[in-house]
Amino acid sequence: MPTDVNKGVAPSSKPKFWNDPDKRAMLFQVLMILAIVGFFYYVINNALTNLDNRGITTGFGFLSQAAGFDILLTLVPFDSSYSFGRTFIVGLLNTLLVSFLGIILATLLGFVMGVARLSHNWLVAKVAAVYIETFRNIPLLLQIFFWYVAVLQTLPSPRQSIELGAGSFLNIRGLYIPSPVFESGFSAVVIALVATIIGIVFLVRWNHKRQDATGKYFPVGWASLALLIVVPGLVFLLAGSPLSWDYPELRGFNFRGGTTIIPELIALLLALTIYTGTFIAETVRAGILAVSHGQTEAAHALGLSNSRTLRLVVIPQAMRVIIPPLTSQHLNLIKNSSLATAIGYPDLVSVFMGTTLNQTGQAIEIIFMTMAVYLTINLLVSLFMNWYNKRVALVER
Amino acid sequence: MKKIASVAALSAIAVGMSTAAQAEGTLDAVKDKGFVQCGVSTGLPGFSNPDEKGNWQGMDVDVCRAIAAAVLGDASKVKYIPLTAKERFTALQSGEIDVLSRNTTWTQTRDTTLGLNFAGVNYYDGQGFLVSKNLGVKSAKELDGAAVCIQSGTTTELNLSDYFKLNNMQFDPIVFDTSDQTVKGFEAGRCDVLTSDQSQLYALRIKLADPSSAMVLPEVISKEPLGPVVRQGDDQWFNIVKWSLNAMINAEELGLSSANVDSMKESSDNPSIKRLIGLEGPKGEGLGLADDWGYQIVKQVGNYGEVFERNVGAGSPLGIERGINALWNQGGFLYAPPMR
Ligand SMILES: N[C@@H](CCC(=O)N[C@@H](CS)C(=O)NCC(=O)O)C(=O)O
Repeated sequence: MPTDVNKGVAPSSKPKFWNDPDKRAMLFQVLMILAIVGFFYYVINNALTNLDNRGITTGFGFLSQAAGFDILLTLVPFDSSYSFGRTFIVGLLNTLLVSFLGIILATLLGFVMGVARLSHNWLVAKVAAVYIETFRNIPLLLQIFFWYVAVLQTLPSPRQSIELGAGSFLNIRGLYIPSPVFESGFSAVVIALVATIIGIVFLVRWNHKRQDATGKYFPVGWASLALLIVVPGLVFLLAGSPLSWDYPELRGFNFRGGTTIIPELIALLLALTIYTGTFIAETVRAGILAVSHGQTEAAHALGLSNSRTLRLVVIPQAMRVIIPPLTSQHLNLIKNSSLATAIGYPDLVSVFMGTTLNQTGQAIEIIFMTMAVYLTINLLVSLFMNWYNKRVALVER
Repeated sequence: MKKIASVAALSAIAVGMSTAAQAEGTLDAVKDKGFVQCGVSTGLPGFSNPDEKGNWQGMDVDVCRAIAAAVLGDASKVKYIPLTAKERFTALQSGEIDVLSRNTTWTQTRDTTLGLNFAGVNYYDGQGFLVSKNLGVKSAKELDGAAVCIQSGTTTELNLSDYFKLNNMQFDPIVFDTSDQTVKGFEAGRCDVLTSDQSQLYALRIKLADPSSAMVLPEVISKEPLGPVVRQGDDQWFNIVKWSLNAMINAEELGLSSANVDSMKESSDNPSIKRLIGLEGPKGEGLGLADDWGYQIVKQVGNYGEVFERNVGAGSPLGIERGINALWNQGGFLYAPPMR
């Protein structure tokens, strides 16, 4: 072995510091880190001095000053007397809202369309193909404008609202739906629901064990569904139906009461879902095609039905291929949600990097904070997806 | 020297600022370039709006032209940079423009924390409301629960919140980035009310498909002194912009107009007129300009009254009355310090 030979030649004298590759590498790394830290220190210091020389206020003190403006959609209490810091939270939550809904809807749509494109049914496959090829190739911003201007802005005024039944209305100001009002006994229903879900988890586990041991199969899906409806339903009736509805009503200029889903959110969500859904569909298709046909044939030979083959054999293996690019699509959707500002949906970019930046003039701080938010959200999503990917990855035995 | 410049450039890039304005004074930079870079709106009839041929016109545009006439002797040597309300201050801070002349309200925050200076007021305005006539609303006090279209990054956003809060009313703010989007939102019916500075409401109204379908409510809910803005720390340029505006106002007071300035130059004995034209008095020295800078402004752009009538007054589709924008000795607020 080479090390032994070395030792034999020069047993007493250790190699010089600069001749030891490990130490040399260490030195260069330390120098590199120092250079980077120094560079950032220099740049930030320079920026602060420059701003100060130009009479531009710096620092984060503005975050506690009163904002003085209102925001259309707020998930937490907010009015003009709250601080600029609060506008950050409001904008952030609105970004999270549209991203969260968008990711769920786009993933569902993408899976359905991806599987549909591989369908043996000619019509289904063609519909999916046309959907994918159309919406994948039109710029997202255009699609957002399309939904907002060409579709939602042609809806009638509040006084001529379209009645959707069940107390819901649709007009140019948005979708108005009744919102539930929970009365005192409702917590019992929630407890019943949670208890049922826990029960179902145990049921599924027991079923698995029993199937492994005896080969007998119990239709656990239907049983769970029945339990989920019957148990909380009974408790609901026993507690005296502790739920009422707050219906939207036309009062003055607009509908008041109930829940309003603003058209800006609808347009953005539609555009993000439909656009990102196409990419996810292609990812899913690629993933399924990556599973060798032998797997399907083997499953069929074992007597599994088509749907069970897909669910139990193909999809779990396809997931390994699907997850990494799927993650990228989710990250894209989050970043693309910042196009909200084009139609005035009050997301982080519109509220914080738009209005707050302009009212305070503290561009550098605000842009820095906004970038940090997107970076953090996306890193968290990546971490989660990586963890999930590890779980579904093929375990080699 | 080169090294200093490149270090300056690096630090400037670090904070996203260009160096043009840093290395030398704005006046020298403008003279070198041969034109004034002027930040205007993206299109607001009467204030800054391109006509069919793409020539910019309006009250705010004429301030840019006056500066170019004073500095370069040619009012047409202006490069217009259209800016939304949100973009305007960063554009000025970063040196992308030499002066911002874009219906911008003079407020304490803007004057003291943005590193900017307001060089005067070229239009005294106030915020108002534009409503569709078929709403049947006669006063802003009846607007409880209305959806209101506003433009992001304006004082309008703040005044609106103050006003509704003070009157215990509620509203839904519908915020857009440009005035075009705001007008479209109002026309489509996304909001019941459009709010902005009153002068701008008249201007935006004529942009509507059917201007007679909308009306401006009588209430004025704020003070909006609009004027040109420059970067803080360049006093020479600040003075030039300030006195270009003052020269237009003083010219009106003295009865000096683009039509008579040549004959007055020959014949007038009025010392005030002679000083404005640059035949006597402080001339251009203190400003670092040619002696005839005032003459060039009046000759090429006109006095304040001419500018007003041509762009927003009786001679324009807006038909706004002089009102508080009349001279101080005619019942208005316009009062320029003497040129001596
Ligand atoms: N004077 C106010 C408002 C100025 C403003 O931007 N008003 C809008 C009225 S809708 C406008 O001029 N928009 C034209 C544009 O964005 O180009 C301010 O300085 O904040």
